[in-house]
Amino acid sequence: MKEFSIVVNEKEHTVRVHEDTPLLWVLRDHLKLTGTKFGCGIAQCGACTVHIDGDAMRSCIYPISALGESKVTTIEGLSTKNDHPLQEAWVKHDVPQCGYCQSGQIMTAAAFLKESKNPSDSEIVEAMSGNICRCAAYLRIKEAVKTAAKS
Amino acid sequence: MGEQTLNRRTFLQMNGIAGTGLVLGFNFYSCKHASEIRAEAKEWSEMNAFLSIADNGQVTIMSPNPEIGQGVKTSMPMIIAEELDIDWKDVIVKQAPFDAVKYTRQVAGGSQSIRKGWTALRTAGATAKEMLKNAAAEQWNILPAQCTASSGWIHGPNGEKMSYADLAPLAKEQAVPTDVTLKDPSEFTIIGHSKMNVDLPDIISGKPLFGMDFYREGMVYASILKGPFGARIERYDDSRARALEGVIDVLQLEDKLAIIGVDTWTCFKAKKLIDVQYKNQKTKWDSADISNNLKNLVRSNKLVVKREDGDVDKAFSTADQIIERSYSAPFLAHNTMAPMNFFAHVTSDKVECVGPIQTPQWTQGRIATLLDRPKEDVTIEMTRMGGGFGRRLYGDFALEVVEISSKINKPVKLVYSREDDMTGGIYRPASEYIFRAALKNGELVAYEVLGASVNDKNCVRPDFFPAGCLQHYRVSAGALESDITTGAWRAPVTNFVAYAEQSFLDEIAEELSISPLDLRLKMLDQAIQNKLDNPDLEYEFDPLKFKGVLLDVAEKSQYKGKEKQLGLSAYYSHNTYVAEVVELNEMNVSKIYCSIDCGIVVNPIAAENQAQGGVLDGMGHAMYGALTFNKGEVEQQNFHQYKLIRMNEVPDVEIHFIKSTNDPTGLGEPTLPPIGGALANAFYRGTGKRIYSQPFMDVLQDVLG
Ligand code: FES
Ligand code: FES
Repeated sequence: MKEFSIVVNEKEHTVRVHEDTPLLWVLRDHLKLTGTKFGCGIAQCGACTVHIDGDAMRSCIYPISALGESKVTTIEGLSTKNDHPLQEAWVKHDVPQCGYCQSGQIMTAAAFLKESKNPSDSEIVEAMSGNICRCAAYLRIKEAVKTAAKS
Repeated sequence: MGEQTLNRRTFLQMNGIAGTGLVLGFNFYSCKHASEIRAEAKEWSEMNAFLSIADNGQVTIMSPNPEIGQGVKTSMPMIIAEELDIDWKDVIVKQAPFDAVKYTRQVAGGSQSIRKGWTALRTAGATAKEMLKNAAAEQWNILPAQCTASSGWIHGPNGEKMSYADLAPLAKEQAVPTDVTLKDPSEFTIIGHSKMNVDLPDIISGKPLFGMDFYREGMVYASILKGPFGARIERYDDSRARALEGVIDVLQLEDKLAIIGVDTWTCFKAKKLIDVQYKNQKTKWDSADISNNLKNLVRSNKLVVKREDGDVDKAFSTADQIIERSYSAPFLAHNTMAPMNFFAHVTSDKVECVGPIQTPQWTQGRIATLLDRPKEDVTIEMTRMGGGFGRRLYGDFALEVVEISSKINKPVKLVYSREDDMTGGIYRPASEYIFRAALKNGELVAYEVLGASVNDKNCVRPDFFPAGCLQHYRVSAGALESDITTGAWRAPVTNFVAYAEQSFLDEIAEELSISPLDLRLKMLDQAIQNKLDNPDLEYEFDPLKFKGVLLDVAEKSQYKGKEKQLGLSAYYSHNTYVAEVVELNEMNVSKIYCSIDCGIVVNPIAAENQAQGGVLDGMGHAMYGALTFNKGEVEQQNFHQYKLIRMNEVPDVEIHFIKSTNDPTGLGEPTLPPIGGALANAFYRGTGKRIYSQPFMDVLQDVLG
C-alpha cells in the first residue's frame, strides 16, 4: 500500500491504499463520501460518475495512482444547498425511484450541460445513455435534464 | 402474509409515554423537509406507534415498510396524515424501526404495502385525531362530536380553537377509541395530491441513505467467493490472498469463502488470488439442457392439474380446429442497481444488523436460528434499498455477514461485486409453456395452459383470466428441480405468462377473424354471463374493471384492431388491472399507452413514475434479458454481457389512471406483465413474425438489423 494525497471537493485528504485502488473505493471507504455509488466496477453503468478537473469520469476504473494533481468533485461537492440547476430540476420532476443511480446521473448531466449550453433532445439522450437506471426512471431523468438545460 | 393491523395493545402501551428516545435520532439518516424556521421541537407526545406530535406543531410519522423505490416512505405517511388532518409541510417522515409487534406486516413484496396497510394507517391517523378532539372537548366542556379538525387545529362550535401541539400532551392521556370514522374519499386533501419523495433532498445531495453507504467505526469489509451452483469446496489455497496487505482473514462458510479486509477493494483484489477446487457438482447443465428438459417436462404426464372446468379433452377432440403454441422464458437476474450488501455486528449481548432487506421479520428469524439465539437478540435496521425486484426478499447476504461477524467478532460490512451479484443470484426461473385453444363453429370453446418451470411447481395462475370465460378450461404445471437458485422476480410467474397468453390471444383472434380487442371484451362478457348462470363459478378478477382498462387504453391509443402499428395486451395481477398498447414507428417502439385501475391513487406523481418504470423494466427484459448457464456456471458476469435497457431505447410512456374511489391495490408490479404481449403483438403487425421466446431481440435481430 502507498500513501496518496488527493483533493476532493476542494479539500485535501491523505489515504493509504493499494496503488490500483479505484478512486470510487477511496471516496466511499476511506473518505466516507458515499454519494458516489458502486454499480458495476467496469465503466458500464455510470453510477460512480465524478468530475475530474471538470470532466465526467467513471471513478470505478480510475486508479488513484493516476490522479496526480487533478481535482475531484463528487455529488457532495456539486452545490452547497442543493441548488445546482440539475438538483432543482430533479426536485421539480420528482425523478428518483430507488434513487441509487441518481447521483451518477446528475454528475454526468452536470458535466454535459457545462459543455453544451443548448442541447437538443437527441444530444441529451446520447449524453445520458451511458448511465443505467435499473428502475427505468429514464423519462423523468430526460425531462429534468431538459429543464435544467433551459435554466 | 396478513393484513397490517393496528395492534390495540400497542396503542395502549404507547399511550401515555412521552417518548423522545425512540422518535428522535435513532437513525443515521434523517429527512428534514418540514419547515425549518419554526422553533425547535422540545417535547414530543407519542400518540401511537405511527405518529408523534411536537410542541411546535410538527408531526413525526413512521413509515412502517421497507422502501425499495416503490415510494412507500412517502405514500404510507400521506395516508396517516390525511386522516390526522395535518398539513403535509408539518410532517417529518422517518423509517420505522423493524418491530413486528407494533407494525405487523413490514414487508416490501407482492405490491401489497399500500393495499394491506391502507386501513391500519388510516385508523392510526383517525384515532389520534379522535383523541385530540376528545381532549379539546374536555377542555371546553362540550361533546367531542361538536369539535372539528383541520390543518393541525381542533375547532369548537363557538369559535374556540386549540392547536394539535398544545392538545397532544392531553390527548395522549385519553382512552384509545376503538371505532373511529374514516373519511369519505371526497374529503381527501392529501391522498390523491402529488407529494415529493421525502428522501429526494438527500438522494440528490449524496447523503448516506443506502445500506451500501453504512459505516461504523472499527468496521471491516468482506467479500464472498461462491462456486458454481451445487458445487462443494474440495480444497482451496488462500496463501497468495493472505499475503496481500490489508487482508485480515479468509474463512470457509460451508461451500463459500469469505475474504475479510481493511477496505472493499482489498477484498475484491484478494478474491482473485484464491485457487479453489470444487467437487460433487450435480447439476452441470447448460442452458440448452435445461430448456430441453423443460420442453420434455411440459409435454409429459408429470404435470399436476391445478384447475379444470368442464370437459377439456372432449372439447378438444371434437373441435374444428386446434391452435397450439409454445413459449420459452430464459432465466433472468435481478441486477438491482446496488449489488447485495449488509452490515452486522454480532456480540455476546446482541446481533445488530443494518441494511437493505424486503423481509426483515423473516430474516430476523433465520438469523436467530443460524446463531441459535433468541429472536429478541437480533435487531434489524432497514435502510433505503438500491432496488429490490424480489432479490432482497431473500436474506442470504444478511445471513452471510452475520456468520462472518460472529466468527471474527468484529463489525463487518459485506459488499458483493457486480460479478458476485449476477452469478450468485436467486433468479427468475427459466420456463416453458404450451397454450392450446379449441375452436368450433367460429367460436373459442376450450382453452388449456401447460407450464413447466425450474423449481417452481406453481408456475401458472389458474384463477386469473381467462378462468371463468370458458366452459372448458384446464391449467396444469410442474417443476424441474435444480441446484440453480431461483425465486421471485418482479411480478413472479406473470412477468412471462402474461406475454405468452396475450400473444396467444391475438393468434386466436386472427383465426376467428375478429379484432383482438373484441375477442378480449367478448371473453370478459362471457365470464360475467357464466357467473350469472353458475354463481359457484370462481375467478379472481372483476370482468368489468378489466373491460374498463381495455376500453380506456383503446380510446387513448385509437386502437381499433386493424392498425398496422399497434399491439394490445391487458393483464390483471396484484389486484390491479392494466391494459397497454405499443405503438411502432417503422420498427421502433415509439410510444406506449397504459391504462391502470388500481383504485385510489395515493401519490399520483410517484405512481406515474412507478408505473412507467414497470412498463420499461418489462420492455427491457422482454427485449434483451437473458441469463444463461454453461456447466452450471452463469455466463454473464456484468453489464457488458447482460444488457439492460438504456435511455436511447426508451419510448414515451403515457400513463392513465382510471378514476376510482375503491381502496388502493398494488402498483409496484402490475404494469410489468402486460408489456411483453403488447410488444409481441405490435411486432407481429409490423413484421408478420410471431415471437415465441424471450429475449425478443434474438428473434428480431434479422428483421430490425
Ligand atoms: S460503477 Fe462505475 S460505471 Fe458502473
Ligand atoms: S432510480 Fe433506481 S436505479 Fe435509478
